[in-house]
Amino acid sequence: MTTTATTSSTTATTGPAASVRPTGFARDTATVFVRESRPLVRDPFSVIFSLVQPLVFLGLFGPLLIGAAGGDVAGTLQWFVPGILVMVALFGTASTGANLLFEMQTGSHERTLVAPLSRSALLVGRALKEVVPLTIQGTIVVLVAVPFGFRLDVPGLVAGLAVLAVFGIGFGALSYTLALSCRNRDWMFWMVHQTLLFPLMILSGMLLPLEDGPDWMQVAAAVNPLSYLVAAERALLAGDLGSPDVIGGIIAAVATCAVGVFVGVRAMRRAN
Amino acid sequence: MPRKTGDMTNHTHSAQMITARGLTKTFRSKGQTVEAVRAVDLEVADGELVAFLGPNGAGKSTTLRMLTTLLPPTSGEASVAGCDIRHDPAGVRRRIGYVGQGSSGGHTQRVRDELHAQGAFYGMGRRETRARAAELIESLELGQVANRQVQALSGGQKRRLDIALGLIHRPELLFLDEPSTGLDPHSRANLWDHIVDLRRSTGTTIFLTTHYLDEADQLAERVMVMDHGAVIADDTAWALKSSLAGDRVTLEFGSATDAAAAASRIGGAIDGAVMTVTAQGGDRALPRWIRELSDAGLEVVAATHRQPTLDDVFLALTGRSLREEAATPVPEPAVTTAAAA
Repeated sequence: MTTTATTSSTTATTGPAASVRPTGFARDTATVFVRESRPLVRDPFSVIFSLVQPLVFLGLFGPLLIGAAGGDVAGTLQWFVPGILVMVALFGTASTGANLLFEMQTGSHERTLVAPLSRSALLVGRALKEVVPLTIQGTIVVLVAVPFGFRLDVPGLVAGLAVLAVFGIGFGALSYTLALSCRNRDWMFWMVHQTLLFPLMILSGMLLPLEDGPDWMQVAAAVNPLSYLVAAERALLAGDLGSPDVIGGIIAAVATCAVGVFVGVRAMRRAN
Repeated sequence: MPRKTGDMTNHTHSAQMITARGLTKTFRSKGQTVEAVRAVDLEVADGELVAFLGPNGAGKSTTLRMLTTLLPPTSGEASVAGCDIRHDPAGVRRRIGYVGQGSSGGHTQRVRDELHAQGAFYGMGRRETRARAAELIESLELGQVANRQVQALSGGQKRRLDIALGLIHRPELLFLDEPSTGLDPHSRANLWDHIVDLRRSTGTTIFLTTHYLDEADQLAERVMVMDHGAVIADDTAWALKSSLAGDRVTLEFGSATDAAAAASRIGGAIDGAVMTVTAQGGDRALPRWIRELSDAGLEVVAATHRQPTLDDVFLALTGRSLREEAATPVPEPAVTTAAAA
């Protein structure tokens, strides 16, 4: 009777215990990111589907703007398309918390809380995922506008998408935070979502210039981070990478990201 | 009734898998303090299959949620799979498998993808995860739906996926919270076959909650009865039934007078011409009683004998029937949800 024989017979009946390794934040974040991205890879059409709204604005609101501008198609698109990009980032990431909300109700989120994953990674991995659909959708919107006279500046677009990605991570994290605090109250999630989204959109100068609006609107726009983002995207997509507006947009995006990830991680750590 | 089965050859040491002392959880709900779990002590040995039985709202799930590190206890301590739930929650999480009341798979995820993600969650390597996922898909009969989205699965398929997810890292201890609730009888039986199979082939320690009496009775080696946040009985189903409930024997006579006369001899409750008596070993006593009563001129017209159920045990312990409680479920998660509010 040798030791090896005993060991192997035990292994044969039990099966080896899985090599469960200690995990770290970066590894966990990557794991969560991969899981969250899989449905997108499996069903890429869902990314296109959420483009309906921005494309409707581009196709139905755009002509009105062009008419108001006296028929200057190219000039209007140059002004309007960056705003639509911000709309893509805003609407796409604002509702992402609904997925988490649903997973909290089914029990799938609970499963991830029992797994040996860092709580912060559960939030950050999800928020980082937002970058994937955002980049694809933003690129499609720009490409759709090109045949109509939109002048594409590649470095500007890349920089613009990068700034949007930073903002999207932050805004997605805020949406997850909202989901975590609403728990099983779907109505509350959608109420906050609807109440905030449209004022944020209109008061950013995304659809119409705010210069002609009343003073209070201009004050509201001045404290709306999206205004800076819209201004920065307009400069970047025009190829004006050195514009002072770009700095403002970067600050707004980084601030949104920092606040979103901070409150999101805090909410996830408290989750049970 | 199988008690400890002799198939746990791989667990030669008899270490405790779960030890809890004075585990307590109180919630604040609408200005009131609710004591969901009150000073629970429990011990589960390596390789045991223990059922936590009790009505909805008894505190079973809350206890389970504390043991699985989902909920911090208000007071008390517990060691699960060798790790302290307060000081080493990560250690507990690495070693246990947990199947909650809900559906564990993400609704838009595919079955196989979820299993792969789960392996990565537990730090398993890519190749190991793939092999293990394939093995579980095979053994839990998920092959047909492996490439389908979770939301397209039937209730029974979802539950089997939940079990597969809970087992991906071959945990030494598996927690199952109401594993068969909401399943049709066929899926329930099928799920139990899988769980019994898992036990036989791996000797995994299983700790589960249920409010199905027959489930606890037939499958668990030990039953802990919980009511109003406290464990009120803890033994094998057989011992609980024989010590707390006893057999129920009814004897019917030709008249109420005869029944009363019989009751004064044997003892028991009478209802018209029917006498009911609860006694241990009632099956053996019945023929003797009929003979003795006949000798005394009291003819038994009809007789029934019923073995006790765990419901009788619950009735004896609390004065309430578990069947009635189960019929009008009080959602336990409502209390749990108020926890962090």
